[in-house]
Amino acid sequence: MAANTNFEKYKSDGSLQGNLLEWFDARFPATSMWRGHLSEYYAPKNFNFWYFFGSLAMLVLVIQIVTGIFLVMHYKPDASLNENGIPVAFASVEYIMRDVPWGWLIRYMHSTGASAFFVVVYLHMFRGMLYGSYRQPRELIWIFGTLIFLCLMAEAFMGYLLPWGQMSFWGAQVIVNLFSAIPLIGEPLSIWIRGDFVVGDATLNRFFSFHVIAVPLVLLGLVAAHILALHEVGSNNPDGVEIKKRKDVHGVPLDGIPFHPYYSVKDIVGVIVFLMVFSIIVFFAPEGGGYFLEYNNFIPADPLKTPPHIAPVWYFTPYYSLLRAMVWPLFGIDAKFWGVVLMGGGVVILAFLPWLDRSPVKSIRYRGPIFKTLLTLFVIAFLLLGFLGTQPPSYAFFGVIPSAPVAQVLTAYYFLFFLTMPWWSKIDKYKPEPDRVTM
Amino acid sequence: MKKLLTALLLAPALALASGATLHLDKAPDVQGDKAALQSGAKTFINYCMNCHGLSYARYNRLTELGLSEQQVKDNLLFTAEKIGEPMRVAARPVEQKQWFGAAPPDLSLIARSRASEAGSGADWLYTYLRSFYRDDKRPTGWNNTVFENVGMPHVLWETQGQQILNKDHKLELAVPGKLSAAEYDKQVAELVGFLVWVAEPGAAFRKQLGIGVLGFLVVLFAVAYPMKKAYWKDVK
Repeated sequence: MAANTNFEKYKSDGSLQGNLLEWFDARFPATSMWRGHLSEYYAPKNFNFWYFFGSLAMLVLVIQIVTGIFLVMHYKPDASLNENGIPVAFASVEYIMRDVPWGWLIRYMHSTGASAFFVVVYLHMFRGMLYGSYRQPRELIWIFGTLIFLCLMAEAFMGYLLPWGQMSFWGAQVIVNLFSAIPLIGEPLSIWIRGDFVVGDATLNRFFSFHVIAVPLVLLGLVAAHILALHEVGSNNPDGVEIKKRKDVHGVPLDGIPFHPYYSVKDIVGVIVFLMVFSIIVFFAPEGGGYFLEYNNFIPADPLKTPPHIAPVWYFTPYYSLLRAMVWPLFGIDAKFWGVVLMGGGVVILAFLPWLDRSPVKSIRYRGPIFKTLLTLFVIAFLLLGFLGTQPPSYAFFGVIPSAPVAQVLTAYYFLFFLTMPWWSKIDKYKPEPDRVTM
Repeated sequence: MKKLLTALLLAPALALASGATLHLDKAPDVQGDKAALQSGAKTFINYCMNCHGLSYARYNRLTELGLSEQQVKDNLLFTAEKIGEPMRVAARPVEQKQWFGAAPPDLSLIARSRASEAGSGADWLYTYLRSFYRDDKRPTGWNNTVFENVGMPHVLWETQGQQILNKDHKLELAVPGKLSAAEYDKQVAELVGFLVWVAEPGAAFRKQLGIGVLGFLVVLFAVAYPMKKAYWKDVK
């Protein structure tokens, strides 16, 4: 059911509590929001494992905001050197880790949360691809989702500069420099972004401002829009059939169950399992084997010492690989520019999925072998691109197969998967969808 | 679906197939041994802290190694007035830069930053500190097989003795030091153990707390899962 705003107002039973609630409800849509979004928002009853990641993404968002608030109380966005010759920003992170009571826990939760955010969001997006959740009438939910993903990337990128370690500094240097590849305006644009000729104190302060205020505001707005749009049209499900087509006499979908209490109690179980995995990382492996906290980032930023290998954090590596795959200049413009176009295009193309997919059915359960094969290959390509992004371009598989051409083939596949989808999704076989969802 | 998941699991295994070039010896783990960590702290303060600071750590944190405040004040407090002050070098980094060309790095986090695919930060330090050899071409008279053309001289040469690089490019002890090879390895292991500890003094507590948190989550799961089951009993 859509978010109905015409629920009856709360009527007091004469008690003080009841009178207060009646007064409140007459002036604020408390009852209608509760009923429309929770107790009478009907979700399909057949959600499986893949449907935990939306609520988990919300949980991680809250973890990041709350831990972030406490980090800001002690963190100092200052690139100048202290009396020990250490940048103030870097030293303030170590101060949080050692001298602030429970600071280490807050910081590890925030650094692990960043990676966890991308894990759950990637799985959430993959769920959408498995069951065709982006298809009509949920195109706008998907577009909001893509924008959330873009915001998340910006948020993570700018947040990563703040500890002011070697990888923070050189990662930002490399990425901001990419803008200089844009013809004519590139050079002044990259100086404008940095506020300096190299990444420096001005860059650190503006990234801090964006990371703690601007981007989170946009992110929260988009998350609200994402959920409002979802509750307007209702959730998809693993069968990809519309539960609203079959309703009982009261207008309640036959295959729908109220979000609260059914999915609230179910999501609590998911949250606990997620927190177990999260805690294992926070308490026993906060560096995540060098993938969550890169080893080089325990060295303070040094503008005079370029690390031999600059690797972005793992969640950016598939897109970093797309960027590096482009080595040919085109139309007299530097290859780097086209690399940037590929990297940006790799994210933006996701937004077009609702119109690229021409299959008569939504869910993988009823789709044909072409989709299943190509999607499997897509996942393998994505993971391999991600792996190669952590390695220097000189990396060779088994020490013999050079990785650069492999990355180029995978990049081509990444885009061809989307660009040829209108064709192959149409000719693919499919099974008839059932009338009702299956458990 | 199943096939897809299997393929997903196999993809990284397929990709991971490169060997690291740098060979590192495994550093003995002495984190549970307070006496070893105290001895490592003593070695650090006597030999390393003339040039390298631990500016994020405070002297009073050494009490977590089983020392009393008085013991720290009497034996280890060389570069500060009060026990709550950071363990910095006596010289300023600016002065050090003038003297050495580059200021010796702060070592508070060295055990974390030196980790790589080749081994942990402790392994790197343990191997590095045992790999100095005589090299007349270097201004300090020393070189190192782990860190080529390193700027630091072999500060522990008195205890290890002097190694040379023989014809097969292998390290060989030419002049013995005060300690036997096994004793020197132990001295380095303890020093490295101290550096690992000081890189994150709260690490032991973190792991301890983690067990408690996981225990709590298990209990919570044991309550939440039956609750979910009970609510969903009627959903068919």
